[in-house]
Amino acid sequence: MARKITYQQAINEALDQEMSRDQNVIVMGEDVAGGAGSPGEQDAWGGVLGVTRGLYHKHPGRVIDTPISESGYVGAAIGAACCGMRPVAELMFVDFLGVCFDQIFNQAAKFRYMFGGKAETPVVIRAMYGAGFRAAAQHSQCLYNIFTHIPGLKVVVPSNPYDAKGLLIQSIRDNDPVIFLEHKALYTMEGEVPEESYTVPFGEAAVVREGHDVTIVAMGRMVQKAQEAAAELQKAGIHCEIIDPRTTSPLDTDTILESVEKTGRLVVVDESHPRCSMASDIAGLVAENAFGSLKAPIRQVTGYHAPVPFSDALEELYIPSAAKIIAAAKSVKEYK
Amino acid sequence: MTKQLTRDDLLKAYRTMRTIREFEERLHTDFATGEIPGFVHLYAGEEASATGVCMNLTAEDHIASTHRGHGHCIAKGVDPVGMMAEIWGRKTGTCKGKGGSMHIADLSVGMLGANGIVGGGGPLVCGTALAAKLRGQPFVSVCFFGDGASNQGTIFEAMNLASVWNLPVIFLAENNGYAEATSSNFSVACDNIADRASAFGMPGITVDGFDFFAVYEAAGAAIERARQGGGPSLVEVKLSRYYGHFEGDQQTYRAPGEVQNIRDTKDCLLQFARRVTSSGQIAQAELDAIDAEVKALIDGSVVKAKSDPKPTEADLLTDVYVSY
Repeated sequence: MARKITYQQAINEALDQEMSRDQNVIVMGEDVAGGAGSPGEQDAWGGVLGVTRGLYHKHPGRVIDTPISESGYVGAAIGAACCGMRPVAELMFVDFLGVCFDQIFNQAAKFRYMFGGKAETPVVIRAMYGAGFRAAAQHSQCLYNIFTHIPGLKVVVPSNPYDAKGLLIQSIRDNDPVIFLEHKALYTMEGEVPEESYTVPFGEAAVVREGHDVTIVAMGRMVQKAQEAAAELQKAGIHCEIIDPRTTSPLDTDTILESVEKTGRLVVVDESHPRCSMASDIAGLVAENAFGSLKAPIRQVTGYHAPVPFSDALEELYIPSAAKIIAAAKSVKEYK
Repeated sequence: MTKQLTRDDLLKAYRTMRTIREFEERLHTDFATGEIPGFVHLYAGEEASATGVCMNLTAEDHIASTHRGHGHCIAKGVDPVGMMAEIWGRKTGTCKGKGGSMHIADLSVGMLGANGIVGGGGPLVCGTALAAKLRGQPFVSVCFFGDGASNQGTIFEAMNLASVWNLPVIFLAENNGYAEATSSNFSVACDNIADRASAFGMPGITVDGFDFFAVYEAAGAAIERARQGGGPSLVEVKLSRYYGHFEGDQQTYRAPGEVQNIRDTKDCLLQFARRVTSSGQIAQAELDAIDAEVKALIDGSVVKAKSDPKPTEADLLTDVYVSY
């Protein structure tokens, strides 16, 4: 039986192995060393949740703390990537894209096209996302859909430790700007992860569970919720197929369409706000390309068009639940 | 110590400034015909800045530029013929017609791009400088930005970051007096942009941007300091643009005769020519010969740009990603 580690350890291991493999890989961000230049340097934080812990001493000079200047250091990572470095910049919470978005979407994403194909910007921007931590409106958003909208960016949303390691190594080796999003509720999730280095390719969805009645497309933490729901639905005689796109850009449209052509029913589960979301994007894709296969209307199970609330009573209502997925799957299965 | 200029250096500096002037004057004329797509922001009048700075740089050094970037491109060694084709939207342009005036870039000569976002370049040069520093290379990076960008948070963040990381960066503020139509007297809270340097723990200096030699010396000292590991500097160059914010701008916000007065009394090319001919270093005939060669080059670039092919539908979706 293979070794089990957490999602957080898988990310740390991917960074460590890539930094050992390639001297051009550097890590920068607020507190990624966490204690550089302080009396407690030997016990440096390694990130606000400890994801980069241990790398500072292992890779001297290449784990670089920054001032709280997201535009400044995210832009610096992009500039360094233009001259052949492979920086991994950590934007602590994805919500902070509001203070550095220009560098990501007007600079990094557009260099290659604007410069006639003569630029490569192999930068990775890591960030935590997602609700469930009572962190309220400014520390709980998903926002992968915003990055997915921008041509020139690739967007990665691993749902388990194995994918987290393989997709992060692929992100670092990739020659385009990559947004790598880590759901904070998954950091403690354990799973089998090979010790050796490996990559998981972009644009290849995982068929997490096979079934013939309803296709459920879910990403990030929602894959777990979909699995819970599918187990319950199985008891009721409804066999769900779960598709995890793993990357929202590029998006593996073929696997989604083939599944819907088989099942004739689609439920899309997306933790983000519903408007202009991955859920609406995938629903539109299927409506346009697999309309003839559909036996029922497409259902979207998402958060709400409201900021993520603070109180646990409200936040639990906000986050898509297995119960809501079950209800949606039953409704499309029973649709006449 | 800034490198002493040789006769060849002086001829190169003059040729660079004249090339920028001719390029921009020609665009001014041609834009009025309506044939050039989009809009252009001309650098005419500011030539001594780009040239005085870039004469201190090599192809391994990086610069980031602005929406008013043609002069920086030419001074850093981007081919003006490709630039003209780019501005005319041709497939043969520096960026295959996909970037246009505001996005001309050529990484092979260390030109990180003109930039349509005011203040966008500050963070980027911190990255190119960080790469040089981590690799132990003696390369510097220069961020050209205007008085408008001097009020952008990205510039403040980049200046602080460059100091904190002790990066070989020169923040080169080109203060031409106007951010679009808004005077820097109104929008910049301190007397000189260079005054802000001390807040970020770096030296700051203000120089006359009409004087090539003053810019060359001041930028050279800052660049040399950065190369030696001394960290970033802020150099403010005070100058003037001869045309509007963009072509077509009627410049009603400027005093009558303001530009003509500067052209008559301070013009960087006039001052340069007067100095090198009166000192006997260069003969007027040599400068005249350069003028003629430059004119032929720019004329030829326009003829070529006009007849070059535009990109086609096959080009629409290429170059978005390295692989997708």
